[in-house]
Amino acid sequence: MNPQLLILAALGVPLTGALLIGLAGRLNDNLREAITLVTAGLLIACVWSLLPLVYGGGRPGVELFEVLPGITVAFKVEPLGMMFAALASGLWLVNSIYSIGYMRGNREQKQTRFYVMFAVSLAATMGIAFAGNLFTLFLFYEALTLSTYPLVSHKGDQKTVRSARVYLGILISASIGLLLPAIIWTYSVTGTGDFTAGGILRGHVEGPAVGLLLGLFVFGAAKAAVMPVHRWLPAAMVAPTPVSALLHAVAVVKAGVFTITKVIVYVFGVDFLFAEPSSSWLFYAAAFTIIAASLVALRQQNIKRLLAYSTVAQLSYVVMAAAILKPLAEVGAAIHMLAHAFGKITLFFAAGAIYTASKKTELGQLRGIGRRMPITMTAFTIGALSMIGVPPTAGFVSKWYILAGAFQADNYVAIATIIISTALNAAYFLPIVYMAWFEKDNTPPDQAHGEAPFATLLALSITAALTIAFFIYSAPAYELEAQLVRWAP
Amino acid sequence: MIALENHLPVLQVVVPMLMAPLVVLLRPRGLAWAAAAASSLMSLVIAIQLVAGVLSGTDYSYALGGWEAPYGIELQVDDFSALVLLLVTAASSIALLAGKASLDQAIEQHRQPLFFSAWLLVLAGLAGILVSADAFNIFVFMEISSLASYVIVAGGTDRRALPAVFKYLIMGTIGATFYLIGIGLVYMMTGTLNLADMELRIHEVADQRPILVAAGFITVGLALKAAVFPLHVWLPNAYTYAPHAVSVFLAACATKVSLYVLLRFDFVVFQQNLLGHELQFAAFLMPLAVLAILVGSAVAIYEYNLKRLLAYSSVAQIGYILLGASLVSIGGLTASLLHMFNHALAKGALFLAVMGLAMRFAQLDLRNLGGAARHMPWTAAAMAVAGLSLIGIPGTAGFISKWYLVDAALDKGIPGLALVAVIVAGSLMAVVYIWRIVEALWFAEETENTPQGVREAPAAMLALIWLAALANIYFGLVTELPRELATVSAESLLGHLP
Repeated sequence: MNPQLLILAALGVPLTGALLIGLAGRLNDNLREAITLVTAGLLIACVWSLLPLVYGGGRPGVELFEVLPGITVAFKVEPLGMMFAALASGLWLVNSIYSIGYMRGNREQKQTRFYVMFAVSLAATMGIAFAGNLFTLFLFYEALTLSTYPLVSHKGDQKTVRSARVYLGILISASIGLLLPAIIWTYSVTGTGDFTAGGILRGHVEGPAVGLLLGLFVFGAAKAAVMPVHRWLPAAMVAPTPVSALLHAVAVVKAGVFTITKVIVYVFGVDFLFAEPSSSWLFYAAAFTIIAASLVALRQQNIKRLLAYSTVAQLSYVVMAAAILKPLAEVGAAIHMLAHAFGKITLFFAAGAIYTASKKTELGQLRGIGRRMPITMTAFTIGALSMIGVPPTAGFVSKWYILAGAFQADNYVAIATIIISTALNAAYFLPIVYMAWFEKDNTPPDQAHGEAPFATLLALSITAALTIAFFIYSAPAYELEAQLVRWAP
Repeated sequence: MIALENHLPVLQVVVPMLMAPLVVLLRPRGLAWAAAAASSLMSLVIAIQLVAGVLSGTDYSYALGGWEAPYGIELQVDDFSALVLLLVTAASSIALLAGKASLDQAIEQHRQPLFFSAWLLVLAGLAGILVSADAFNIFVFMEISSLASYVIVAGGTDRRALPAVFKYLIMGTIGATFYLIGIGLVYMMTGTLNLADMELRIHEVADQRPILVAAGFITVGLALKAAVFPLHVWLPNAYTYAPHAVSVFLAACATKVSLYVLLRFDFVVFQQNLLGHELQFAAFLMPLAVLAILVGSAVAIYEYNLKRLLAYSSVAQIGYILLGASLVSIGGLTASLLHMFNHALAKGALFLAVMGLAMRFAQLDLRNLGGAARHMPWTAAAMAVAGLSLIGIPGTAGFISKWYLVDAALDKGIPGLALVAVIVAGSLMAVVYIWRIVEALWFAEETENTPQGVREAPAAMLALIWLAALANIYFGLVTELPRELATVSAESLLGHLP
């Protein structure tokens, strides 16, 4: 099929799916779930069939409207967006399987709205991944924020709605207050916002203005959760676990770091930023976030909140890697998006499975749970090891590249940060693993439970297997992302 | 037909004005509405032809009764007036077509012919202001439209509309009187009422005190009519208690017509003639615009009545329009005129959706709208789309004008950054008040005040609500028409500057 059509199909398929899911919701629950799965499968077919083309150096694009002179709604597929889209679409299928088990297992209300909005937010994610310029990116970035609100506020009680407002408030105000002015600024000095290899800002902005503009971009893309705009992520944990798993470990948060990486590579240009001293603050902001978020995670008692702070830290790995501004580090940033996704979605799946089976949400309740839920806790252990970066898991691969990039730049602060945060990650994940496997079970007999429903187990086994598989075979991802920096003469 | 083409400017007024007395005679049920809607649609067709004409470069200048200007009364249509004419006639048409069911609820059968007659007079008056090239003629049409609009605002069964309309009447009359005093003084000094003629003659007497006083009276009088902060106090109640269809019509275009006169008078007659006028103009209106944006939005955040919330949002949006104009630059004026168009789209669609909601929820209180989206998903979704446009989310019409406005403000250097901050703050406040509506409709639980048996708005009304909502998206993506009209108008207004 022609690549232009495939790009549009990647947007159209989930939207059509959303419509059909909404209609089917009135008829039959099984039909509704079948449509979700078929839609996810079709989306994978569309997105993944673009892979060989992009892998071979093709950059298919399509332009829809010219909104204002020079400002278009246009899509262009490049390695970073290709990887993001492939990741999100692939995990959506796994996540849908998981959702079915979770939503039914917990007898959640308003399931039709849940599946409809999930499909809509996937369409928005595809738009972000394939956006060909800043304007299009912003369009879908906002669409993603709005379409995830009903998912976050799903429960609908006072406390949930309050948290969901924090979520929406921070994301919308940062994007309108900071990101949009940054985009308008870029358009008004360069006359374009197209993502161009090598960047577009060279020669148009200089001195401290570069650092300021970078700041507007980084904090405007609050989805990346660089401190102090990270507060929405723990707040979003009130959502049902499948939402936290796919959206707040993969699609939404990755949309943030994706935006930042893309802006650094294609709008500023790596070399231009490296030569500009006023941009170096970003590196320190990210390093600070890594350490601070890990310390906060250490003190959490709620499983999902702990995972949220761990995500904040891991996202800043990507930002820090991108801010090292060396080719290998950029590749490491891209690969870390992938590696973190596999591990973190596994951890969330496990947390949700524990909740479904036993209604346990706090760390202290996990003593000896490994014997009751061996499959779940095996997957949890694999995910935790990947967060720490221990072989044979995906987390090791990306840390390797980031460290290699840091050595390329002789950046010892980065190296120290990675070492300290690895120790901190181990300090908050290993006790949980130890507690689950080796301590004595203290569950009262009347609350005895076994494993979660089959669908959830299937999903978390798949993602745990992916986490290990990525350690063994990550060459294609590296090859693809190496193209990010290979344009350099 | 060729002969008719030349008479388009006058037909724009004559059609609704002649139909107005005829409509009174149409007693049978529904006939008055049909006649009013038909003549409003005919006005829309004329306006569309005028827009097509000015876009292809036709100069519509019409000497009434064959008496040449400056002695006779001249009618003139250029890009600016065509743009606003399009808004006025479209708003009137869609409000009438969509509002049939709502108006039947609000107005007793036997009073409908009178009501629709007054409606057509409002339309004729507003169109008359826009086609006139004569200062006194503008006053006459302004009075026609104002007096008739008092009637239609108070035309419903809601008795609270009466004190609201009384306030509107007092303030409107003061505004019109100020304007009249102003043109009286100008006439005294120049001996002409024709705007183009005035522009040439005022130059010789520009340093005379009566002219300065006239400029003050005219600006303040029109600012009162346009509900410029802090002269906006008549607006919220008038919009709130008017019949819903009237709110659609007036919210989309009434204040914009006064702004049109304000801009035209200031830029065409005063700007290049009075020494330092553009500085005074900017220094007078810019702080008011900033205050309007901030205060209007802040009040809207705390308002519970849906219509009053939207009315305060209008006060803020008028601020954006003025802010663009007070930059006195091509970019700023373009942004201002674009925002007239785009705000009319967004606010018109919002009030249409409110009308749909009001068919089922008599109390438009945010606390009692729980479950509305479950029973009326289409109406609620249209309201959300229009709300996004009001905020200025990309992909909607509202975004386009905000973009131009920010761009124009950035051209002003460091003080421009402060204005950008104001625009951003206003947009964020819009997020809050629109989100309160969305939450009330979509996420709140039903209360004991929720009426029983709520169902979707009537199909015909719903179709037009969605037409308006989709127009917000269409004009957010395909922007050529308003952009061209606004740019050409801005250039011709600024062309009068030295």
